[in-house]
Amino acid sequence: MSANTAMAEKYRNNFLKEIEEQVEMGDWVKMCMQCGVCSGSCPTNFQSAWEHPPQELFMMIRAGKREEVLTTTSMWNCTSCYNCIVRCPRKLPITHIMHGIAEYAHRLGVAPKMQPTRFFSGLFWKNATKTGRVNELKLSMGLYFKNGFGAGVKEGMKMKDVALGLIKAKRLNPFEILGGHTCKDQKGIQAMLKKAYEIERSRKAAKTAG
Amino acid sequence: MAKHEYAFYPGCSSQKGASASNYLTSVESMCKTLDVKLTEIPDWNCCGASIGYAEAGELPRHVMNARNFALSEKNLPGQEIVATCAACWLGARETRERLTHSDTLMADTKEALKEAGLTINEMPEIRHMVEVLIEDIGFDEMKKHVKKPLEGVKIAGYVGCQTNRPFGVDGESFENPKYLDNMVEMVGATPIPEYDMKVTCCGGALAFSEPDKAQAQIKDIIESAYDHGAEMIVTPCPLCQANVEIYQGQINQKYGTKFNIPVMYYSQLMVVAYGGSAKEAALNGQLIRARRLEEIAAK
Repeated sequence: MSANTAMAEKYRNNFLKEIEEQVEMGDWVKMCMQCGVCSGSCPTNFQSAWEHPPQELFMMIRAGKREEVLTTTSMWNCTSCYNCIVRCPRKLPITHIMHGIAEYAHRLGVAPKMQPTRFFSGLFWKNATKTGRVNELKLSMGLYFKNGFGAGVKEGMKMKDVALGLIKAKRLNPFEILGGHTCKDQKGIQAMLKKAYEIERSRKAAKTAG
Repeated sequence: MAKHEYAFYPGCSSQKGASASNYLTSVESMCKTLDVKLTEIPDWNCCGASIGYAEAGELPRHVMNARNFALSEKNLPGQEIVATCAACWLGARETRERLTHSDTLMADTKEALKEAGLTINEMPEIRHMVEVLIEDIGFDEMKKHVKKPLEGVKIAGYVGCQTNRPFGVDGESFENPKYLDNMVEMVGATPIPEYDMKVTCCGGALAFSEPDKAQAQIKDIIESAYDHGAEMIVTPCPLCQANVEIYQGQINQKYGTKFNIPVMYYSQLMVVAYGGSAKEAALNGQLIRARRLEEIAAK
């Protein structure tokens, strides 16, 4: 049974409870009063990027629209601008809930595969935690070459002027490809993160068991 | 001994050869003039930024920030942590807030930190460099050091998101923060208080993953600066600076605009006004050169 099916079984007919227990800040969802200020404050929603803007997602969660919520590209359009958070009259930490739903969908393996920000988000975290510090060159290369070598060269060419400008201004170092900046205690960081994931997994599992 | 001492968290983008290395150069010169001593937290790590959310989860993300707290406490006991990057500051402050409010999260964090031989006993204060300037140093003291006022230079103060929300600077509103305009005025330049894109999002990480969406926002930010007669934009955030500066060529191609406006850090304005050289202000770190500032620096 896939992780997704297992969770759907476990929380059958109670998607709100599933979100409350499994998603960061999910227990705030029930506080939404459907005023729509979040949707009206979202920079990418102005461009109609959200299939379902935040307040709609909150209602859909309460209505048990599990598949629609977890598989939508909507929350991956969050730019982390925190406008919704500071304007919400009920003080819901909306940005964090959006990140939380996205992370949960990603964890269950049901988030839209080709969504570019989903890809970049994972890439960023792996890049940052591998050595403890971000390698900007490898991060950009990893993004441009995500669809293979040919597509990568084409993407890279589009970015040529930006990259050359940055290199000239000494704000991009081509030699970072050979290593670049790192933390000294990488072993400690890996051990610490491994433990953190273990603890987080067991805390979530305890909720499912309880 | 310096007048003000802090544990310094420069962040990934400030490192040598990285996208905000010009920010760090100018901050260092600015701090020298203001007698501020920044001691780098030894072996600091990435804050995880907001965009790491798909794989960061909750605890791993807080543990990353907590490692910096622990290193700071161990090596620079009693000092407040100062970040120059909006994302570093926000990430660290968020972790501080969550750990302070949850004993479970705190206990779990300590357990994970043990694996790296570290612990936290006291929660540090997390400050942004602009908070240090405004609250610890103050406008009067900052102004005292101005030797070459940037007279007649009209500058749009672009505050952006993460230095403004969700925490922001004390006493400022989320919708219309005024400190950046006040800093522009302090260096003798002309602020544009009616600049209506001052807290609009630049698209953040979507500038990488979905450039069309981010560039539509960046276009509005720049257009409004021009409409208000600005000859340059100033910002306190490394990602705002990069996003608003480096994609102007691509935006011009897409929208038929003729954007070519310099985007500076507040610290660069201050270094030039304090009589520093173009090199000390890292003016050579711009893709779109700020000729007016270069002229003033050379005088």
